[in-house]
Amino acid sequence: MTARLTSAPVPPPAPGDHASGDGPLVIAYLDLACPYCAAAWLRLRARRVRLCFRHFPVASKHPRAPALHAAAEAVAGQGGEEAFFAFVDSIYGDQGHVDDPHLWERARGLSLDLGRFDADRRSDAVAARVRRDFESGIRAGVARTPAFFAGARPASEEDLEALERST
Amino acid sequence: MIEVGQQAPDFTLRDQDGKEVSLSGLRGRKVLLVFYPNDFSPVCTDQLSVYQEVKPELEAHGVEVLGISVDSQWAHGAFREALGIDIPLLADFHPKGEVARAYGAYAEDWGTSNRSLVLVDEEGIVRWVHESPSPLEIPGANLIFDALEELEAAAR
Repeated sequence: MTARLTSAPVPPPAPGDHASGDGPLVIAYLDLACPYCAAAWLRLRARRVRLCFRHFPVASKHPRAPALHAAAEAVAGQGGEEAFFAFVDSIYGDQGHVDDPHLWERARGLSLDLGRFDADRRSDAVAARVRRDFESGIRAGVARTPAFFAGARPASEEDLEALERST
Repeated sequence: MIEVGQQAPDFTLRDQDGKEVSLSGLRGRKVLLVFYPNDFSPVCTDQLSVYQEVKPELEAHGVEVLGISVDSQWAHGAFREALGIDIPLLADFHPKGEVARAYGAYAEDWGTSNRSLVLVDEEGIVRWVHESPSPLEIPGANLIFDALEELEAAAR
């Protein structure tokens, strides 16, 4: 049974989503191995917005992406949202160090249990959680990364700037 | 642009490996023709990569995906490798853009095809077309699935 991928509005943040900060809502579909996403992330984190992170790994283009997204989700499962955002900051802050030993180092830095981290990031539940975001992105028409939504509307980075200024 | 209900013009083009691919040879399957301007241009990259990610879902609908641009088979081979995709890419290279022209998907001003999607059914009839308003605008895969569901509902 494959997923239904027909058009659907971008889902609003719900429990289980990764959201941080205060201000107008920005939903971002991001690939953790995408350099354009890394650059956009650094700018976004400096904005006064409520940022909702959605997984959008494009495995064919970035073979390492699925592993990074699964690791981020495993971090969230064990360390909570603060750890999740710290992990994402760290991946985007240093895309040259994303092999397993580098991920373990980051997990250690976040005081996570390494055995559990490794088991979790390879679990079906984590893969399904990542895929859920990916599919909602496809249904909302995401065709490249990074992709932003201001609330429910597709937005460019310039739109986000205006959004922030308007509040 | 070719219209829904018309017979899809048949063609034979070489793929990235130099193998000839004919549309008529794919009768009995649905075929999605993805016309795009050029290999290695920054936006196409993401279009085909994203379609690759939903290939299992497209295959579940019985769809064969074919990319077509005016680039040569050699460029196609390198492009596929760079993207890590296994979607066949057909070279509309000589005479340049002949197939794109037959589908009304050739942009004379640029000398490449525009960014268009054509869904051909099992009998070789065009069932859905989508032309991007601008080459920078990438049609999301959701639009393809909308078209497929509509087509399947109409067939029931």
